[in-house]
Amino acid sequence: MSNIEWTDAAAVDDVPEDDVIGMIVGGRDMALYNAGGEIFATDNICTHGQARLCEGFLDGHEIECPLHQGKFDVRTGQPTCAPVTEAIRSYPVKIEAGRVFLAIS
Amino acid sequence: MTADTIVIVGTGQAGGWAAQTLRKEGYTGKIVLVGDEPHIPYERPPLSKAVLSGEAPAESTYLIKKEAFDELALDWRPGVRVTAIERAPRRVRLSEGEPIAYGKLILCNGGRARTLQVPGADLPGVHTLRNIEDARALGRALLPGKRLVVVGGGWIGLEVAATARRKGMDVTVVEAMHRLCERTVPSEISEYLSGLHAKHGTAVILGTGVSGFSRDARGMLTVSLSGGRELLCDAVVVGIGLIPNDELAREAGLECDGGVLVDAQCRTSDADIFAAGDVASWHCAWAGRRMRLESWQNAQEQGIAAARAALGLEVEHQPLPWFWSDQYDANLQIYGMPTPSHRVVVRGAPESDSFVLFYLDGNVVSAAVGPNSAKDLRFARRLIEQRKVIDPERLADPQVPMSKH
Repeated sequence: MSNIEWTDAAAVDDVPEDDVIGMIVGGRDMALYNAGGEIFATDNICTHGQARLCEGFLDGHEIECPLHQGKFDVRTGQPTCAPVTEAIRSYPVKIEAGRVFLAIS
Repeated sequence: MTADTIVIVGTGQAGGWAAQTLRKEGYTGKIVLVGDEPHIPYERPPLSKAVLSGEAPAESTYLIKKEAFDELALDWRPGVRVTAIERAPRRVRLSEGEPIAYGKLILCNGGRARTLQVPGADLPGVHTLRNIEDARALGRALLPGKRLVVVGGGWIGLEVAATARRKGMDVTVVEAMHRLCERTVPSEISEYLSGLHAKHGTAVILGTGVSGFSRDARGMLTVSLSGGRELLCDAVVVGIGLIPNDELAREAGLECDGGVLVDAQCRTSDADIFAAGDVASWHCAWAGRRMRLESWQNAQEQGIAAARAALGLEVEHQPLPWFWSDQYDANLQIYGMPTPSHRVVVRGAPESDSFVLFYLDGNVVSAAVGPNSAKDLRFARRLIEQRKVIDPERLADPQVPMSKH
């Protein structure tokens, strides 16, 4: 990872505390989370059904899919509750000058 | 932990989750998974929607990918039926192969589609829908410009109707009761569903039974309705409920009553035999009665619970009942068990596409139902589970966020 390319995704203030928003970043459907003031990012489409996680329910560091209530840890993308068994891709995040930058590639 | 063989009967949602859970909990002994279907465990909800329409392949319903399934290292017996449970020697007899001795047995053998006991119910072109093969056969009959009659205005019937309508079919739903989904939702939701189908051009005939089917030389079907009316069509699907496959348990002397009776630890009347999913009947604390819960959620959760119980782990299977149905672009969800004794509080406009009905016991929410309101309903779930006392007026106000109750 010699030269990470950071993409400006949103303002930190765009992501409400303890909630999730969805947006297209670099052509990808992404979910941005604010878990207790810390920002995380994953792909937005659940690995189980075809649901958008941004319409789900963020509880601590777990995002619950709105369709079947499978859960992922937003920090790692690892599945934490049935029916999801496959991890979702998570992305490195950095905050600079009030903006959220993601390493997508 | 027992080193004995664990036999799971049935390869649906419950059986699949039972097998996965045994491994996840560290069980390294032999697991035999026996089921009369040729597929690895799969989920049934898409069979009336994306798989039926052809938008998704059958393989998309698999609980886990084939490689991950192989890694579970099960002794999988596809296309094999368990023909008898012999409780004294603790073994099961199979339709092919030697009997298998078990230490624990988990029954997840579900149910089968109920059929109409009328003339012509077995004619070609009269379908039911339970498994992947049924979905493939019915899917081939869903052709634009052709006519489909759906017998039964329950979940399966309505979802098939919506799928067929979207494929450009002319669709008529015939329901014997006086409203749709009468057995599972309050009348407000039945009315919403009637409106939804009317809006999409699906005809709904209520309070009308079917007395028979006939088929002419060209393959056209005639559905004879009570009252004498006849409907001409190209295909019929009958969705009038499920019959639990509890004969196996009953013949083995296990206690059954419209399903295999189990407790909240998924134990049958034999301590070495467990049951889960559509076949199992237990006392649902949320409903306040013994019942079978024919839902995706229950199949998954009870399958997991039964596997844990079989390993001697602590289990208390009492999930808040949760159900959803997708029809056209609408997603309807139900939490809890609404009953006529509940007071109804409406949030949003019932004539709109998105609203929630809350069912209150005093000032505590017992159940919540609504279309296209997944997020609000998720908050409602928390209110129900926490038995939180709420202010009904604020609950009814869409301006007050659901997170603020």
